[in-house]
Order: sequence, then C-alpha cells, then structure tokens
Amino acid sequence: MRRSPALRRIVPAIAVGALVLAACGSDDDAGESADGSVDCAATIDDGVLTIATGEPAFYPWVIDDAPESGEGFEAAVAYAVAAEMGYDADAVTWVRTTFDEAIQPGAKSFDINLQQYSITEERAENIDFSLPYYTSNQAIVALEGSAAEGAASIADLKDVKFGAQVGTTSLAFITDVIQPNQDPFVYDDNVGAKAALEANQIDAAVFDLPTALFVSAVEIEDSSVIGQFPAETGGDTDQFGMVLEKDSALTSCVDAAITTITDNGELAAIQQEWLADTTGAPVITVE
Amino acid sequence: MSDRSTRRERYERARRRRSVAIATISTIAVVGALVILVPLTPGWERVRQAFFDGDVFVETFPGLLSAFWLDVQILLWSTPFILIVSLLIALARNTRSPALFPLRAFAVIYTDVLRGIPVILLVFLIGFGVPALGLSRTWANPLIWGSVTLVLSYSAYTAEIIRAGIDAVHESQRAGARSLGMTSSQTMRSVVLPQAYRKIVPPMMNTFVSLQKDVALVSLIGPVEILRQAGIDKATYANFTPYVAASLIFLALTIPCTRLADWALARQRARTGATTIA
Repeated sequence: MRRSPALRRIVPAIAVGALVLAACGSDDDAGESADGSVDCAATIDDGVLTIATGEPAFYPWVIDDAPESGEGFEAAVAYAVAAEMGYDADAVTWVRTTFDEAIQPGAKSFDINLQQYSITEERAENIDFSLPYYTSNQAIVALEGSAAEGAASIADLKDVKFGAQVGTTSLAFITDVIQPNQDPFVYDDNVGAKAALEANQIDAAVFDLPTALFVSAVEIEDSSVIGQFPAETGGDTDQFGMVLEKDSALTSCVDAAITTITDNGELAAIQQEWLADTTGAPVITVE
Repeated sequence: MSDRSTRRERYERARRRRSVAIATISTIAVVGALVILVPLTPGWERVRQAFFDGDVFVETFPGLLSAFWLDVQILLWSTPFILIVSLLIALARNTRSPALFPLRAFAVIYTDVLRGIPVILLVFLIGFGVPALGLSRTWANPLIWGSVTLVLSYSAYTAEIIRAGIDAVHESQRAGARSLGMTSSQTMRSVVLPQAYRKIVPPMMNTFVSLQKDVALVSLIGPVEILRQAGIDKATYANFTPYVAASLIFLALTIPCTRLADWALARQRARTGATTIA
C-alpha cells in the first residue's frame, strides 16, 4: 500500500530524529580524534571507528584471526585507512559479522566492513562500496592427478567438476565464464570446498588467488594452484571493496583515504608485505 | 417434544452464527492492524526493498522452482528407506527374547545417538567424512550421503513413534492373540501393528512435514537445491527476496501436508469418541 505524502515526510524525519538522539546519547569520552572533516566524524560511536570482518577471519587477510594486531593484508589496510580518516589505532574497534548482517536492512553494527567483498552492481543497490583496495584474479586449486591438472585454457576445464563458496564471484566465474558440463557444488565457506576436494566429491575448487595459494600451501596436502585467470587473458577480476551502510556519510571519507594510500604507495607496500607470492601461479587463458 | 428440539437447534444455529461473526471481525481487525501499522514503521521502506522486491522475485522464482525439484527427489527416495529402517528398529526394540538382548541394545543406542545429534551436524560428519575414506567419485556423491544422513536421523525419530504406537496397543490384545495360538511374530504382524499404525498416522505426518524442510540441509555438502539457490541469488542481488520466494515454495508443499495431518488427527478423534469442547 502507498503511504500519504505527509507520512512520507514524517517517517524519515522520525528516523533522523532517532539517529540524532542516539548520537547524543552515546558517550563523548573518546575525544575528537577525527580530522575535523564532517564526513569522517559520522561514525556509529563518537570518536571511534568500528570495523567489521568475518568470524573467523582467514589468512592471509587477517593473521591468526586477530585483526587487532594489524597483521594480515586486510587488517593492515584497515588500520592504514583508519589513520588517513583520522582515527589512530587506539580509536579503532573490531566487530565480527556474517555476509548477511552486512547487507540486511536497519542499523549497522559497524562503520566499515571488509572481508573480501567483491564489488558488484547488484550489491551496490543495497549497500555502499568503497573504492577497491585489492584486485584479485580467480584461481583453481586441485589435488594431484585431478582432471583439471595441466589445463591451459578454458576448453580444458569443461569436464571438470567444480566447487566454490556461495555468494562469491568465484562461483559466478565458474557458471558464467568456465561454464562446465556438470553443475558446480556450492558450500557455505571455503572450508566446505576444501572438505569436498578431500572427499573426492569435486575435481577442483575456485578461490581468489591469495586464498588459493594459502589453501594449497597450508591446508590441503598434495594440492596446488593449477592456474589463475588474469584479466588480460579474458578472466574476470575480482575487486574487493569495503562495505558501508547504503548512503553512508562515511563513504566519501573512506574513498578519499583509499585514494591517498593508493597514490602514496602505502597500499602497494602492504600488498607486497602480505600478498607477495601471488605472481607465481601458472596462467590459464580464457579466450 | 419436536418443538423443543427445534428451538434448541435454532439456539445452537444462532450461537454458531455469533461465533463465526466474532471470528471474522477479530480476524479483520488483526489483519487490518498489521497492514496499516507495519508500513508506518520507520524501517519499512528498507525492509520492503530488501525482502519484497518484485523484480528480484520474478527473476529468481523460476530458478528456485527448478532447484526445488531436487528437494522433492531427495524426499521421495528417502521416505521409503526411513519407513523401512524405522520399522526394523522399532521391532528390534520390542523383541522380548533374552537371546536378542544385543539387538535391543543396538536399537536403543541407535535411537539415542542419531536422535541426539542435530541433523545439520550429521550432514557434515557423514557427508564429508564417509567419502573421505577413499570412495570412488560415483560413491562419494554428496546426494547419496546426504540422503543416508536424513534416513539415519529420521528413522531414529520415526522408530520412536512406531514404538509408542506399538506400546499403545493394550497388552490384552497380545495376550488374546497368543491364546488363540498365534506365534509372537504373527501376533505382531496381524494384531499389534495394524492397530499401532492407526494411532501413529498423525505424528508420522508431522515428522514428514519436518523432513520436507530438513531436506534442504543436504545443500550444506554441495548440491544446489532451493535453499542454496536462494542463498546464491541473495548474494548476487544483495537482497533477501529469494528467501521469501523459497519460503512460499516450501509452504506450497508443507501446508497441504499439515492440513492432511490435521484431518487425520480429527478423524481419529472422531473415531475414538473424543469430544470437542469449545
């Protein structure tokens, strides 16, 4: 049913009023660590930047599931961005969310959320994305002797049984680009895909390249990254962005921070430190 | 005499009409309040956009419906196995010969353990664990092991229902049959089980409705059925409408079954002479 014009105006006004009240109600003890810019101060808790990541957060994005240490690519990026926004390390709090929590309507428990969210047009209709802080290739992990071994082009992968995590661009890459003859299996998380590889239920799993390298090197014995799909060979690259509430006042501030650390080389240095070995995997051409 | 009974009938008709009128008015009041009040909440616009997006619904519905076919297939091939296994377990538990004690003990352990573990955990443990022992690709298929999990878990529940049904048949029935010269197994087959089956139809229907929903748990180990398809669509559109669509599809199957269960229950009450007090 349609609401009357008057109500349309009143309801947002009530919502804004509630927000203002909530902001007034919170403690002011954190002090003014924001750099004075109005946009950067609009956090859910005054003077504190609340950053969310997954539960658990995985290597190499966060080391030992402890983002507070600043170790791991996303943890380091988060602190670098926070610093540019005017929040030093003491003014950063971490919370954990699932994918769903980040996109559901209503008040958010975080200011920014980073857990390898790929930027897509459809998602951007319901949430705000920052500028990308990382661009990843898709990559294939398989066990020794797998049907996918030795593949040099997409044509070699048609009869491979694939697995991937639900909601990832890796899954979209399988169904849209590789288009294998058998439907892929889909799992809640990468751990499921790993279990299925070990249980001989799939031939190969698709991850973003840094995850693939970690999975093959540490988590699954006798597995290797048998190929990656760089953009220049026709592959779909995955751009990771931070998630904010739709139309968040902070988005422009976060974008400015990411632009700064991209331009001054800090982002590249962080990438070099945590994701250095992503260049070694063999390349598979798509077209 | 006939005049009085007619007046009574008139009175009862009036009472019935009054009940119907009150029920109608209160239903309209509740539904009306929901329809008017919910859209007034400050978050309604966001909720409508996230859960009731018409475009997303239209785009995802056909895919969800075809994914639902896999749920129905799993349901259809699992149900007969559940009935067979649960009957065997219930019978094992009802054996009385001292020599068969190990069988009774097995039946008790089977129901205790498999009923005590959440289905969702069993799906992971069996679905990934058993194939990892080194099965061939054909036999490692998660559809097989997902279905096996459902059969194990649900047969444990159903065995208890059947056992309760058997216990509800009065001991004198057994004694009567034995005194007529029937063997123990003849007694069970021809006297006890037919009476037990009638008693357990309503709870069995309930369990069947529950199974219809738990079939979706097989998706956790790979197969893309309706719940997983909805999850994929949700992530694609960052929108929960596919979950609403999937719920509607589930309801289209479960509501007729629950109605059938209610009907079976009502029929049983009528047959056993139970009275209804408003």
